[in-house]
Amino acid sequence: MADIKVAAYICKGCGLGERLDTDALVKIAQKDGKVPLAKSHDFLCNADGVAMIRNDIASEGVTHIMIGACSRRAKTEAFYFPENAVARANLREGVIWIRPDTEEARETTQDMAEDYIRMGCAEVKAMTAPGGNTNTGTSKTLLVVGGGVTGMTTAIEASKTGYPVVLVEKTGELGGWAGKLYKRTPVHEPFKSPADTGVADLVSQVQADSNIKVYLNATVARTDGAPGRFVVDIATESGATHTEDIGAIVQATGFTLYDMNKLPELGGGKSPNVIDQAGLEALAKAAAAGDGVIRRPSDNQPVKSVVFVQCAGQRDPSGTHLSYCSGYCCNASIKQAMYFKDANPDVDTTIIYTDLRTPGNGEDFYRSAQEKGVIFTKGRVAEVVPNGNTSTVKFHDLILDDPDAAEADVDLVVLATGQVANSGINIDALTKPQVEGQEGEPAAAGTVEVKPISILNLTYRQGPDVPQLKQGFTDSHFICFPYETRRTGIYTAGPVRRPMDIAQAREDATGAALKAIQALENAELGRAAHPRSGDLSFPKVRLEGCTQCKRCTVECPFGAIDEDEKRFPVFNESRCRRCGTCMGACPVRVISFENYSVNTVGAQIKAVDIPDEFSEKPRILILACENDAYPALDMAGMSRNEYSAFVRIIPIRCLGSVNTIWITDALNAGYDGVMMMGCKSGDEYQCHFVKGSELGRVRLSKIDDTLKTLNLEKERVRDLEVAITDIERVPDMINKYAAELVAVGPSPFKGF
Amino acid sequence: MSANTALAEKYRNNFLKEIEEQVEMGDWVKMCMQCGVCSGSCPTNFQSAWEHPPQELFMMIRAGKREEVLTTTSMWNCTSCYNCIVRCPRKLPITHIMHGIAEYAHRIGKAPKMQATRFFSGLFWKNATRTGRVNELKLSMGLYFKDGLGAGIKEGMKMKDVALGLMKAKRLNPFELFGGHKCKDQKGIQAMLKKAYEIERSRKAAKMAG
Repeated sequence: MADIKVAAYICKGCGLGERLDTDALVKIAQKDGKVPLAKSHDFLCNADGVAMIRNDIASEGVTHIMIGACSRRAKTEAFYFPENAVARANLREGVIWIRPDTEEARETTQDMAEDYIRMGCAEVKAMTAPGGNTNTGTSKTLLVVGGGVTGMTTAIEASKTGYPVVLVEKTGELGGWAGKLYKRTPVHEPFKSPADTGVADLVSQVQADSNIKVYLNATVARTDGAPGRFVVDIATESGATHTEDIGAIVQATGFTLYDMNKLPELGGGKSPNVIDQAGLEALAKAAAAGDGVIRRPSDNQPVKSVVFVQCAGQRDPSGTHLSYCSGYCCNASIKQAMYFKDANPDVDTTIIYTDLRTPGNGEDFYRSAQEKGVIFTKGRVAEVVPNGNTSTVKFHDLILDDPDAAEADVDLVVLATGQVANSGINIDALTKPQVEGQEGEPAAAGTVEVKPISILNLTYRQGPDVPQLKQGFTDSHFICFPYETRRTGIYTAGPVRRPMDIAQAREDATGAALKAIQALENAELGRAAHPRSGDLSFPKVRLEGCTQCKRCTVECPFGAIDEDEKRFPVFNESRCRRCGTCMGACPVRVISFENYSVNTVGAQIKAVDIPDEFSEKPRILILACENDAYPALDMAGMSRNEYSAFVRIIPIRCLGSVNTIWITDALNAGYDGVMMMGCKSGDEYQCHFVKGSELGRVRLSKIDDTLKTLNLEKERVRDLEVAITDIERVPDMINKYAAELVAVGPSPFKGF
Repeated sequence: MSANTALAEKYRNNFLKEIEEQVEMGDWVKMCMQCGVCSGSCPTNFQSAWEHPPQELFMMIRAGKREEVLTTTSMWNCTSCYNCIVRCPRKLPITHIMHGIAEYAHRIGKAPKMQATRFFSGLFWKNATRTGRVNELKLSMGLYFKDGLGAGIKEGMKMKDVALGLMKAKRLNPFELFGGHKCKDQKGIQAMLKKAYEIERSRKAAKMAG
């Protein structure tokens, strides 16, 4: 950092000039911020103001810019100086908009603004302009794993956009599960009858596309590298291995039906006349090839009565079977009942359901089935008793509250068993200690669990497949980034991500294709993918100081960091999402980003002026997640929701990036309290970096020890969940905490 | 063989089909999606006044509970407020179906004999068609004595003050008990009714046979 020149600019627009003493702020920047060049401007974000800054960069050699104006989330296009390090002091949303415009409040409001100027100046000096990752690859080829509807749609959509595709399918033909269907639920007006699956059309589109290279009877044997430069080995049936250079990957490995043999009480596996939905599709296909009459498997007699059992092994609260609803099976059973009714209205078709869920335009389809005479019975099936060529379905009728209801002499029983994701190896289970076996717990008798086979065979330190949710579907940020996995450049689409039908899978496929293309383009330019899309900073490590503790490699939520033979971390920048979890984890603080580091935040914490304990001006540090909490605070300002003037807010990339040294520093410096604002963690997390807030909280849970050594009350540190919608709640939380701290009393560390 | 056994024989296990073919608007029953809005909207269904609310009746029909449906008093409680029809998301004409089932149960002799609504309907019809004019005194007396002499006197004594008030206001003429007023063309009315019965009888007979 040889010759840096810092300039500070204070805006007077948007009422800043009237509410604040901007001349004093300029002086603060010069005196406390030690900035050689400090100016104020009436309207900094207009052409004239921006031209002033540009002129200073060109003629005065300014390298580092501190802008005291609006929030860093506002006017990002006007204040865009990619060659320079830029810090923003949030005087508008963070100060004047959250403070009352009264004479009494004037002094504390000015104090607040002055501190933000000091913090901004300190921060910018600790930064350098990010230069972008240079360890990039240029492959533009998309790998699609799985040749079902999702995979084929992904391939076609990517090819249409001009990107070459390699499609790997493990069986001998394209089509997947949908290829085995007789017909599909309708997606066009008038939604009354089953429609053609459209699979043949997709297959011919894929085969006709010279941009799509298809490997049949093939699997992914090895995936190495990072977005833009994946090297993928594809193993084919003949034993030959083909190596492809890949930019990004879409995993569309679909689902398997829940095994009905696990449902003996529903007759699964006990009679050929009890089948799952796949079994009925096969019967319907066979019938269509013959005389159109669906026959029962046991004696080949035409089916005269059929019962569909919904939620078979699904939505099970006991934990034995699937806990979730697969979402598609109600429509599928309605469709299958129509196979019978459309061919012969005299066939008795009964659907026994607890809640009929027909997403999409399924309500019309449902009504059409009622018109065709399909009987819908609300009940919970207790038992299916096969007896010769027929079965008796015993159920609890939930409308009539009749626990002994039954359908007797049923020719065919169809179980709607639901989707289980083909998501490969559960890598979290791999790392869990295997204590059950040691305690001598007997293995479940008679069941042979098929060990899942890895799909991607990643060479990553954290395991060969993408992480899963507890239900086995691949993990993704469900609300904001549905297709993203926790492996950058690898996307999942279709039923491997969550249960879904063909229409949803096709939508998913299109979305994932476009996301994958974005990822490989960003990777080539050395930029981050979502959620810090376009970010040029990346983690740098000072290996001399590394103690090989492996916390960064273990904690990285995205598996971006591998280890070399000496157990030093190897950063794969293209896989990194720039959350800073590694930086927060590092006990020796050798990991940093050019514009975000232990220093940039630490310098801000130290720059705040701490009044003595008799001034009755406490200081509260807020470390606010930039994805949810900080926007919520900004929006609180936009709605003029006032909060305490004693808080000093520092945006952080993620709760996971919080290094505990910041909290220790703050408490040592005499802050009265520290508020941590992060996203919801746990199974229903909202963290944009998936595990960041959880890991951050685990780290913070140990802060009590630190407080004890400092002889401080545990109220001094508060961990809070804040969502982006907490615009009303967040000021309230701040004010309550400020009042609580008054009761605790001032920090004993003031004035040292 | 009674009408009931003949029809039960004809449809055997398929009560839904029987309702669809025999009951006015009965073909709507299959379209019910069991949301329960009708039962929740019914103003007479408080305090379990209905043994089986409409949604449940529809389910019972699909489940083939013929005897229970036809002998229940439930649909006789309907006062035709039309709340259910207005609210039904599937647009079922529930009020009409209720009356349809009641009428069918009555037609084949399964309706509960002493159910008040049914009893009153019969009473009203007899009363009105005898002279062409409704004799209100006889009608209300008939209803009071539905459950026997003692109960009738008790009920009458309870209503005594109302009756005296009505008499004072010249709204009730005690001499109506003896004969009462009539419409002018007695013979014409009877001929009209005879023809109407004839038409209805042949239509329903055809339906039941068909």
